[in-house]
Amino acid sequence: MDITFKNVSYIYQANSPFAHKAIDDLSFHIPSGSFVAVIGHTGSGKSTLIQHLNGLVKPTAGEVTIGDFHLTPEQKPKNMKELRSRVGVVFQYPEHQLFEETVEKDIAFGPENFGVSKSEIKHRIQQITPAVGLTEELLERSPFELSGGQMRRVAIAGVLAVRPDVLVLDEPTAGLDPRGQKEMMKMFYQLHQEQGLTTILVTHSMEDAVKYADHVIILNKGTKYMEGKPEAVFTQKKALNKVQLDVPEMVQFLNQFQTKLGKEIPFDRQSIKQVAQSIQQIIKGAESS
Amino acid sequence: MNNSLIIGQYVPGNSIVHRLDPRTKITIIFFFVFIVFFANTLISYGILTIFALTSMITSRVPIRFILKGLTPVWFLIVFTFILHLFVTKEGTLIFHLSIFKFYSGGVIQGLAISVRFFLLILVTSLLTLTTTPIEITDAIEDMLHPLNKIKFPVHELALMMSISLRFIPTLMQETDKISKAQASRGVDFRTGPIKDRAKAVVPLLVPLFVSAFKRAEELAMAMEARGYHGGEGRTKLRELKIGKHDILIYILFAFVIAILFYTRSY
Ligand SMILES: Nc1ncnc2c1ncn2[C@@H]1O[C@H](COP(=O)(O)OP(=O)(O)OP(=O)(O)O)[C@@H](O)[C@H]1O
Ligand SMILES: [Mg+2]
Repeated sequence: MDITFKNVSYIYQANSPFAHKAIDDLSFHIPSGSFVAVIGHTGSGKSTLIQHLNGLVKPTAGEVTIGDFHLTPEQKPKNMKELRSRVGVVFQYPEHQLFEETVEKDIAFGPENFGVSKSEIKHRIQQITPAVGLTEELLERSPFELSGGQMRRVAIAGVLAVRPDVLVLDEPTAGLDPRGQKEMMKMFYQLHQEQGLTTILVTHSMEDAVKYADHVIILNKGTKYMEGKPEAVFTQKKALNKVQLDVPEMVQFLNQFQTKLGKEIPFDRQSIKQVAQSIQQIIKGAESS
Repeated sequence: MNNSLIIGQYVPGNSIVHRLDPRTKITIIFFFVFIVFFANTLISYGILTIFALTSMITSRVPIRFILKGLTPVWFLIVFTFILHLFVTKEGTLIFHLSIFKFYSGGVIQGLAISVRFFLLILVTSLLTLTTTPIEITDAIEDMLHPLNKIKFPVHELALMMSISLRFIPTLMQETDKISKAQASRGVDFRTGPIKDRAKAVVPLLVPLFVSAFKRAEELAMAMEARGYHGGEGRTKLRELKIGKHDILIYILFAFVIAILFYTRSY
């Protein structure tokens, strides 16, 4: 599903002394099937943006279009449930949403609401449990006895079990161990490719954005600050530093390499291995001449 | 989130009303609520109304906001007025509509009661609009201080109050967050048969209680870790002080009371 924001603004507690503009005249377009990273300093409006994608809030001005669903200040789509079954959101602290007696029931809660059959749910849970890094025996436990990281995984499983077309992830790996973070991101990416999902990832990790996203949107104070391909956005150190963001470590490394050795290796989202090869070639070239 | 009911909602500001000592505000409002019931002539109502409206204007709280907050109460005011219109059978007959007879006494009584209602709500909500919950608790703790003599746990009571007040907005935010998360999982809080909607409350309440208990536990631990051990020998960061403004207001209010009792009919 294509996602379009057209001059969208959102004000919290509008018409009161506490009114706060969280999103300000934001426009962008996300074609179906792309993997987009949304990045911004804390408080820049990322989570607020995401709530629009599920019709949880209506824009104060402008229009949000998700596939055939339209959200304007005047109207919400009538078949909200369908929208929510097709756009799955992993919220910033999804562990707050657990409530069932067992982990299994909690994972099944979403699909049940959206009318997936019992047998199909069982099948999906069997598939998802190992994918999100949970074990079978955890399924019978109460979700409140789990560690924070395990709760996070249960919540993610609950969203994936719905099999949405659009996957929205709000800092899904915050609070997981480094290894778990990597595996989780890999799993999301694999799903994205296998099932042709449209994925929107809110993250503070430039590394993840570089690795997985094919489009980057940088937010600052509720407005779009930059947008484009990762290799174009992430090489603009000055502009990023201005909004308290840093370039990925690989770019920092390549910059340092250039200042110290006077040789340029252009940033093209290379892996560590590829960069090592480029360096090898440069050194070999220097030796043989 | 429902923000239409403003009672208990502080609006930051720096007006004279904001800066008054909270004890002054509570004392004056206490007596105001009391004397509203003594008013019975046009002038006595007038002087109270002028006092209330002047306080409202000097508080610089946006009028639109006050009126919006009064909406739930408007209904009550109008309702009492109409009730009086129909029920009171005093004074002269002014209007006759089939079986209904409206008397001048009904209109006057209805108006009087409505004005009283309006003044009470206006003044009390002005207190919470211009005073932070913390200030109110501090003031109450201070004013109840004499009760310590009879072993009444004043400090503990005040602490309980300020903690509950402090966590109301947090709980509301939490409710908002959780209900959004569950709505995203297909829970429908708004439509469908009553039975389904009642069931939809469970996924909201369970996480809410879990997080409230967790938060209480964490708070208790944090307080202990920072050396809290009850009110004994505890000093205050914010000292309450009666200033020039407070004395001025007391004098002014004394005048209001004097005029009220001078002009009311006995
Ligand atoms: N329920 C709310 N009521 C009022 N203001 C809010 C509410 N939620 C968020 N805000 C404000 O809106 C702005 C954007 O918040 P948002 O949660 O979208 O930021 P974010 O980019 O997700 O930040 P983070 O990286 O910390 O998660 C912030 O300034 C925040 O204070
Ligand atoms: Mg956020």
